[in-house]
Amino acid sequence: MAEQTLLLPAERPSPWTRLRGAVHAWWLMAGMWTRSSMSYRTSFTLMLAANLATTSLDFAVVVLMFRHTDTLGGWTLPELGFLYGTSAFALGTANLFVGSVDALGTRIRTGTLDTMLVRPAPALAQVCAERFSLRRLGRPVQAAAVLGWSLTTVHVHWTADRILLVPVLLACGSLIFASLFVGGATLQFWWGEAGELQHSLTYGGATVLQYPPTVFAKELVAGTVFGIPLAFVNWLPALHILGRPDPLGLPTAFQYASPVAAVLCVLAAGLLWRAGLRAYQGAGS
Amino acid sequence: MVNAVVPERREGGGPAVYRAVAAGAFRRYATYRAATAAGTVTNTVFGFILAYTFLALWHARPGLGGYDTAQAVTYIWISQALLVTVAVWGGGFQDDVQERMRTGDIAVDLHRPVDFQGWWLATDLGRAAFHLLARGTLPTLAGALAFDLSLPRSPLVWAAFLLSVLLAVTVSFGLRFLVVLTGFWLHDSEGVRAVAVVVAMFFSGMLLPITLFPGRLGSLAAALPWAALIQIPADILVRHRTGTALATGLAFQLAWAAALFAAGRLALALAVRKVVVQGG
Repeated sequence: MAEQTLLLPAERPSPWTRLRGAVHAWWLMAGMWTRSSMSYRTSFTLMLAANLATTSLDFAVVVLMFRHTDTLGGWTLPELGFLYGTSAFALGTANLFVGSVDALGTRIRTGTLDTMLVRPAPALAQVCAERFSLRRLGRPVQAAAVLGWSLTTVHVHWTADRILLVPVLLACGSLIFASLFVGGATLQFWWGEAGELQHSLTYGGATVLQYPPTVFAKELVAGTVFGIPLAFVNWLPALHILGRPDPLGLPTAFQYASPVAAVLCVLAAGLLWRAGLRAYQGAGS
Repeated sequence: MVNAVVPERREGGGPAVYRAVAAGAFRRYATYRAATAAGTVTNTVFGFILAYTFLALWHARPGLGGYDTAQAVTYIWISQALLVTVAVWGGGFQDDVQERMRTGDIAVDLHRPVDFQGWWLATDLGRAAFHLLARGTLPTLAGALAFDLSLPRSPLVWAAFLLSVLLAVTVSFGLRFLVVLTGFWLHDSEGVRAVAVVVAMFFSGMLLPITLFPGRLGSLAAALPWAALIQIPADILVRHRTGTALATGLAFQLAWAAALFAAGRLALALAVRKVVVQGG
């Protein structure tokens, strides 16, 4: 609302200009927070190391599980490494860029969201960049390492479309998770304290995707295709890349449909954010 | 300064004070209703996800680690029920003390006529009691509806389990108290705290029972204080620990609780001296 009033004298900018403005605002704020976090260098280094270690723990558990078995749900360790690497990379990248949106409820409660609304920069870009921290690089870096190991170990007949599908799924998966972060956080406009709820979608979703679909009940897998479209992050394209049968028996087109799912997710998150901002009453300060 | 406070400390702070402090903490956490509901849902969602992965593992290797399939799935649900209760992620009084260190209010706390460590232990026990009720029972019920759980019928086992949870919270308090005190020297204990969470998640048996850890890593994990947080209470509830093993488990928890409490006292005495030096 406020940002539009400020822009009134000029022409209403095109969506492209607005997106560039948002990215620019995000970049400036993220840079500012990076400089500020660097003033406690010891703490930053420890936090980055801890972040790397925490995110490695999930995979350490998978490795420990494979000391007791050769396959899990019929899938081998390198195949799980592929699922783990892609899922954690997408989650980690989304968390790096927009993860700060988590704290929306706190900003609403303390009234700091009002400050952001009157600044001449898109509020969503500000909320996503506030308290930006490079230590969140830990997860995507560690995930990329596991993915790299998996790609060299897994038995795949590499064809052009399989090779191409890997970067496509990483990009689309990150967009889907970013939409879940923003969409989930937006619920805090209506249900302020319930910030933890969205962790079920984001961190919970990523944990589900680290294991093969054959591990879970069919209803849960169907829910990740037709409900919250997590399956498009890595499960569906992975079936094609790793040459695995689809436990749901869906048409092959689904395995290529991640870009469609990502665009729909981004649109849905954007609409939710606008609806939330419209419903927001302000802190009255 | 410290000497002046000691006589007052002895006078005040009877058991009634600590009971009131614990009850106050219980009520305080009970007011965050939406947050509790959201957290309960999250614990339940993770319970489902991890239960399926454990089912897959035990399907491939029945009887792994001496747990039957129902015990393994129960283990997961109990660990979710205990996660926030024993604060494996940290938090509780730790957030309050850190905030009071930041604002300087900690100086007031240190000169209250109530024992500093005992005061915060009481608040943490009150908090844990609320979380056990709110975030412990509902996910476990959801798990019992959806999966074949191995919950004990005997009230004696439940009593031993509750005692073990009480000790687990005390051990967890002891660990978090030491972490928070590093703030007196480092000014920002966030980094240490982040490392403590990693260690706690891994060595508590939260992610995987430490009985499944290989060789030396397994023996090391079983001897460290974090085993007291999740592994021992869960093992008691699924009757993986019975008889002598149950008694040694409780003794292990008690020993670590006492050792960490003593270490906390010592560290606090050193830290207080540091505060006085800074203030003067």
